[in-house]
Amino acid sequence: MKVLVTVKRVIDPYVKVRVKSDGSGVETANVKMAMNPFCEIAVEQAVRMKEAGVVTEIVVVSIGVQQCQETLRTAMAMGADRGILVETAAEVQPLAVAKLVKAIIDKEQPKLVIMGKQAIDDDSNQAGQMVSALLGWPQAAFTSAITVSGDTADVTREIDGGMEKLTITLPAVVTTDLRLNEPRYVTLPNIMKAKKKPLEVLKPEALGVDVAPRLKILKVEEPPKRSAGVKVADVQELVAKLKNEARVI
Amino acid sequence: MSVLVIAEHDGKQLKPGTTNTVTAAAKIGGDITILVAGHQCADAAQAAAKVTGVRKVLLADAPHYAGAGAENITALVLTIAGQYTHILAPATGFGKNFMPRIAASLDVQQVSDISAVVSDDTFVRPIYAGNAMATVQSSDRIKVVTVRATGFDDAGAGGSAPVENLAAGPDTGLAKFNGQELSKSDRPELTAARIIVSGGRGMGSGENFKLLEALADKLGAAVGASRAAVDSGFVPNDYQVGQTGKIVAPELYIAVGISGAIQHLAGMKDSKVIIAINKDPEAPIFAVADYWLVEDLFKAVPELTQALA
Ligand SMILES: Cc1cc2nc3c(=O)[nH]c(=O)nc-3n(C[C@H](O)[C@H](O)[C@H](O)COP(=O)(O)OP(=O)(O)OC[C@H]3O[C@@H](n4cnc5c(N)ncnc54)[C@H](O)[C@@H]3O)c2cc1C
Repeated sequence: MKVLVTVKRVIDPYVKVRVKSDGSGVETANVKMAMNPFCEIAVEQAVRMKEAGVVTEIVVVSIGVQQCQETLRTAMAMGADRGILVETAAEVQPLAVAKLVKAIIDKEQPKLVIMGKQAIDDDSNQAGQMVSALLGWPQAAFTSAITVSGDTADVTREIDGGMEKLTITLPAVVTTDLRLNEPRYVTLPNIMKAKKKPLEVLKPEALGVDVAPRLKILKVEEPPKRSAGVKVADVQELVAKLKNEARVI
Repeated sequence: MSVLVIAEHDGKQLKPGTTNTVTAAAKIGGDITILVAGHQCADAAQAAAKVTGVRKVLLADAPHYAGAGAENITALVLTIAGQYTHILAPATGFGKNFMPRIAASLDVQQVSDISAVVSDDTFVRPIYAGNAMATVQSSDRIKVVTVRATGFDDAGAGGSAPVENLAAGPDTGLAKFNGQELSKSDRPELTAARIIVSGGRGMGSGENFKLLEALADKLGAAVGASRAAVDSGFVPNDYQVGQTGKIVAPELYIAVGISGAIQHLAGMKDSKVIIAINKDPEAPIFAVADYWLVEDLFKAVPELTQALA
């Protein structure tokens, strides 16, 4: 079975982002970038399924600037077989991402698509559900377990009250939650091997997709700051502050 | 303008978040309709009818809406979507699951997780774990929007809207619902609680969470956790507060043995009063705390529980 996985290049999750002073966005120049953590989990899942003999080929797709090739190489060092970059310097919003991914799926015909549940930059949490909608396929968003058997998959999803279990027919789109797996570290020999794996570069126009943004970003600002707090010496002082100053208990 | 709000409910009651979404709808303006889709959910429709500002409730009751599967909910909403200028749902696990599916089916770019309404087409939403706030304007014909409950007040229960039956949409048969395993607790729900006591990796074990439960019970509080505490298996996943867990803004948030990573702060920094207990004097959580105590939690928490007796 062929699996398609998507990966997004984002600001490293442990970097403190700075809002640009002109309000046009956040500072990305000279900022450490990384693979979106949920996409890492998606790649790891596909690789584990390949190691278990369920998956035969892993195609990994990224959309964005030329440097996304590095993100694809990382995915290939983790175990993906080949990469496709849809190269564009434009801002690509989730609906356009979904249309591009669908166009590639139409060509590649995977039986399973694994995507991250959200990208930690725009925090939209949309693309996976949108891809399945455009294809008319079932979806399993926020999964923490998946077992494929024949033409169906049993999945466990994280929901607000606990867990939910579904059986979906394949082909389908699955999006990953944190507890699905713990991604491996890439090793030097695998990084070297990944350099030789095929990487195709396409333009959005070649896929016949209009990526013009539908949402206009009018401004980006700092969130309101909390006023500075105070250190208390002991529990007694804490309780006194809560009762007499904050009046919350 | 006409706004459709898709209700999150348990068959009997509306879930917290739905009434806040109605407030967001009221800020947009126009007629508000609530859709209650589910199986055996007539009581929830009656609850929806009482929400202030609602013009009409649509009830779609069919077995294939049990579990609110994204495929079938989408197919249902598409039968009526053309009548609305806006479709809203809470930005909870419920709404996040199917709203993008509805949006893509309508060729609409969804606006996720809004925390403020500027006008009928312009909204504010947090990005980068809440480290930046973006004001975005939608050019789509229908606006599909998910709403961050903590950004809006509860609409209140002063209404008496009529409930109309809506014919069920097709059963797509794409996914089979095999049930839910819900965490059972007598404590309030995290997203509805007035006070939350939250534990992190510093708790050391699931057993030690009993210390927090005792404190929570004194305060009538809910219990939450950091991702590290969930990943370590101390508590179930539905306890997680943060960028990729639940977003909460209680009157009082007590963070115990939590360092204060940006992903955790993203889920709780809008709380009214924040207390942090941590033995590390440099813990980043102190930067957002109103009151902080540098102490071993195994000493401080039982003392605090005692002091509240
Ligand atoms: C994609 C992604 C998504 C994430 N989403 C979330 C999310 O939604 N929510 C979330 O919380 N995190 C999330 N994280 C994880 C986040 O980055 C942190 O790793 C996590 O919040 C740390 O949890 P913690 O504070 O409990 O653990 P730690 O950072 O290990 O902190 C433990 C704290 O306990 C203190 N401590 C230890 N023992 C004691 C004691 N005896 N008495 C007092 N204090 C003590 C220590 O001083 C320390 O400050 C996410 C990360 C990524 C990459």
